[in-house]
Amino acid sequence: MRVGFTVNGREETADDVWEGESLLYVLRERMGLPGSKNACEQGECGSCTVLLDGVPVCSCLVAAGQAEGRRVRTVEGLAEGDRQAPIQEAFVECGAVQCGFCTPGLLVQAHDLIERVPRPSDADIREALAGNLCRCTGYEKILAAVRLAANRRAENP
Amino acid sequence: MSVAPARAPRDIAAPGGGGVGDSALRPDGVLKVRGEFAYSSDLWIDGMLWGATLRSPHPRAKILSIDTSEALAHPGVWTVLTHEDVPGRKHFGVDHTWDQPVLAFDEVRHQGEPIALVAADHPETARRALEKIRIEYEVLEPLTDARRAAFDPAYPRVQPRGNVARHQPVRVGDVDAARELAEVVVSGEFQVGMQDQAFLGPESGLAIPAEDGGVDLYVATQWMHNDLEQIGPCLGLAEDKIRMTLSGVGGAFGGREDLSMQIHAAMLALRTGKPVKIVYNRYESFFGHVHRHPAQMRYEYGATKDGRIVYADVEIILDGGAYTSSTKNVVGNAASLAVGPYVIPNVRIDAYGVYTNNPPCGAMRGFGAVQACFAFESMMDRLADACGLDPVTVRQVNAAAEGSALATGQIIWAPLPMAEMLQTARELPMPAPADTGDLRDLPGGVSQTTHGEGVRRGVGYGVGLKNICFSEGYDDYSTARVRLEVIGGEPVAMVHTAAAEVGQGLVTLEAQIARTELGVRRVVIQPADNRVGDAGSSSASRQSYMTGGAVMTACQAVREGMAALAAARFGHARDDLSFTGDKVVSESAGVLGTIAELLGDAVIEETREYHHRPTTGMDPVTGRGDSHAQLALCVHRAVVDVDVDLGLVKVVELAAVQDVGRILNRVALEGQIHGGSAQGLGLAVMEEIVVENGRVRNPSFTDYLIPTILDMPPMRLEILENADPRAPYGLRGAGEPSTLSSTPAIVAAIRDATGLALTRVPVRPEHITGSS
Ligand code: FES
Ligand code: FES
Repeated sequence: MRVGFTVNGREETADDVWEGESLLYVLRERMGLPGSKNACEQGECGSCTVLLDGVPVCSCLVAAGQAEGRRVRTVEGLAEGDRQAPIQEAFVECGAVQCGFCTPGLLVQAHDLIERVPRPSDADIREALAGNLCRCTGYEKILAAVRLAANRRAENP
Repeated sequence: MSVAPARAPRDIAAPGGGGVGDSALRPDGVLKVRGEFAYSSDLWIDGMLWGATLRSPHPRAKILSIDTSEALAHPGVWTVLTHEDVPGRKHFGVDHTWDQPVLAFDEVRHQGEPIALVAADHPETARRALEKIRIEYEVLEPLTDARRAAFDPAYPRVQPRGNVARHQPVRVGDVDAARELAEVVVSGEFQVGMQDQAFLGPESGLAIPAEDGGVDLYVATQWMHNDLEQIGPCLGLAEDKIRMTLSGVGGAFGGREDLSMQIHAAMLALRTGKPVKIVYNRYESFFGHVHRHPAQMRYEYGATKDGRIVYADVEIILDGGAYTSSTKNVVGNAASLAVGPYVIPNVRIDAYGVYTNNPPCGAMRGFGAVQACFAFESMMDRLADACGLDPVTVRQVNAAAEGSALATGQIIWAPLPMAEMLQTARELPMPAPADTGDLRDLPGGVSQTTHGEGVRRGVGYGVGLKNICFSEGYDDYSTARVRLEVIGGEPVAMVHTAAAEVGQGLVTLEAQIARTELGVRRVVIQPADNRVGDAGSSSASRQSYMTGGAVMTACQAVREGMAALAAARFGHARDDLSFTGDKVVSESAGVLGTIAELLGDAVIEETREYHHRPTTGMDPVTGRGDSHAQLALCVHRAVVDVDVDLGLVKVVELAAVQDVGRILNRVALEGQIHGGSAQGLGLAVMEEIVVENGRVRNPSFTDYLIPTILDMPPMRLEILENADPRAPYGLRGAGEPSTLSSTPAIVAAIRDATGLALTRVPVRPEHITGSS
């Protein structure tokens, strides 16, 4: 089948999509957007998180056909040209990235949090990121990065 | 010439500045946050096929026949391969063990053992074709009793080579005589469950057939040259026909030291003449790599009434599963570190690694030292109770220090301020009591399992001692090539090694070292590949030491070349000259000029190998030997809240005191200690591959739980810098020690809260409520 939706502001279509293909697979293998990751493909790790019509979802659990005609934003769509989004800058500065495999999903999820909640508490951050596994960092630097990005955003809205 | 994939590893310019000691930023950080970093599962090339692997559903069975005809006829399938198609040697194995079939033939020895391969034009087509391969098995009763494998000569053999992969004794003094003198005797039996590395990036890679009959392999691995030593003979290809390039590695933790899909993808590519990509899913990943050895351990300590240990009698059985993998070296670690950093005059240790039909076990962060550490630290707490001492004091009374001997007789010749580190840990401020008004602060969290009733707080300590670098006489080295030239008017250092960046930040450190040694600002890290010499494995916390050392010495050689040019050009003595901020500086006359002017069109390139000091093997009878290159210590204090009615544990805080010799990059270092502590927490309270009769019951992230951001508490770190005079910059490897000590500290805290004995990790709710 043919599937079409908006990705990071651009209309994209994919042909010969098999009904069982996930949104994640179509993004990664058919649209040249491998930024969203495939750590479990069973909805448990959050590495594939994208915004679907502005709401974070695990793209491995969304059938590609369900995205038809909708708006998808992936990690590749967070930066504006060469300028990284504040949450991306903060992840690099704070050492929140090690292997980085969890990073795209965490960035999308954390970006959504700081857009919704101006000054999240640590408990808010933990709750929002509870579905995103990271095996490398022990999460301390990730918390630091989200705090930093949230503070910067609150200071320069 | 061969074609590179569209998404491929590339040169990475290290951003900003920062020499050794600065918290320089990761060179690959920006690519990673933009989603542009090329992980091994992201590789893509026009016309590529997808490979898939058929694995045994049985832990032990004879293979009577394999019929691939129906699968081959499946539309979209390009080829189906079995053991008959393995071009060269039929077995592989890390560290020259060569006992693992590339594809099983006569018998399968563990669930998930690979038997056949498919290449097809869509991953789902490949998976469906696997279902059409017909295999006739004679199913046999799996051999899963590690104790019988160790001691019962009548137990059937898993491997023709016998059921014991290695038995390593350690003997010091006279334990039987010391037993007469002991005023206090404590003993215990402890178990450690099978832990999984659970790196997030699945096993994956791309094989591209080349015109010269060879193959270009893009893979995520920990040790390219050891891969190559196995891949070459199995493919029947000379090593120069196999061009390996490290692709983005999504974590490793030991689980990528053994081969997974490398030979398989290459076989499919060579057979079809097409590029072949293989990506495991999470289910397959649980079968696609070795795990941490489960352990059964019996300990007995005798002591005087004041808590001084007079003897230790120890038996450790490590279940290596069906194939050897790293089991022999894991046994060496468990034996030599069986009683940890404590001075004990009489010791009898027997460590065994055995074969069973359980899943194969090999390298995981902490490598044999983790299992022993849980047992000996549990013993220290038992001893404290028996002598009426507090847990810190009993550790201080028996603590090793610089100049002490380990059980193997090895003298600790570098600073080891263990007693002081324990004191520091004890004196750190305590976290506030749980806020019973906020459910998120309590065990069970928003599941609303308690509002504070039944919740008890506990505090526990753990000390871990880890060997750094390869041990037991291995000639451990790394190689680095450094090239200095002027590009775009500025001097640029290009650093090329085969060392695997697996997330730990080695590429950051390489750039820092180049800046410090060469005085230049711009550094480019080239992709790791096998066009440069062996770097050894990214394991044993060794890469800062070994590849750091190699980059340092190669840079120093380049600097010598620069100094010779500068001495000739400016007429100053070489030892009057230094290089900093892209400039040539004379101590006597100040800035003489720029490095760019000095170099002009000249290119200075040097390659150096770095070896650490030689170690010796362990005596096969007494275990004596100077077997470790370096030792590193971490002390943890854990604070927990336990809901004793439901058995739920919340780790409230973890504090770590670690001596790293010299801080090379504080941010990266803290990340290592945090991450290691988190994996120790996982082993303490949640992580286990549950194996029943040889079968894995929980191969998914639904059922195999790793710590989330809700499970991991805030950490307090105290980092000490007592330099190791023999190591580059005085550093001490830092990746593993925290993984050892956090587990026993957390379990000790749960014991403190509950009064329970808790002899097995992970501790499960039913162990606490007594309902199991
Ligand atoms: S890959 Fe989608 S949740 Fe893990
Ligand atoms: S940085 Fe490796 S999984 Fe998070």
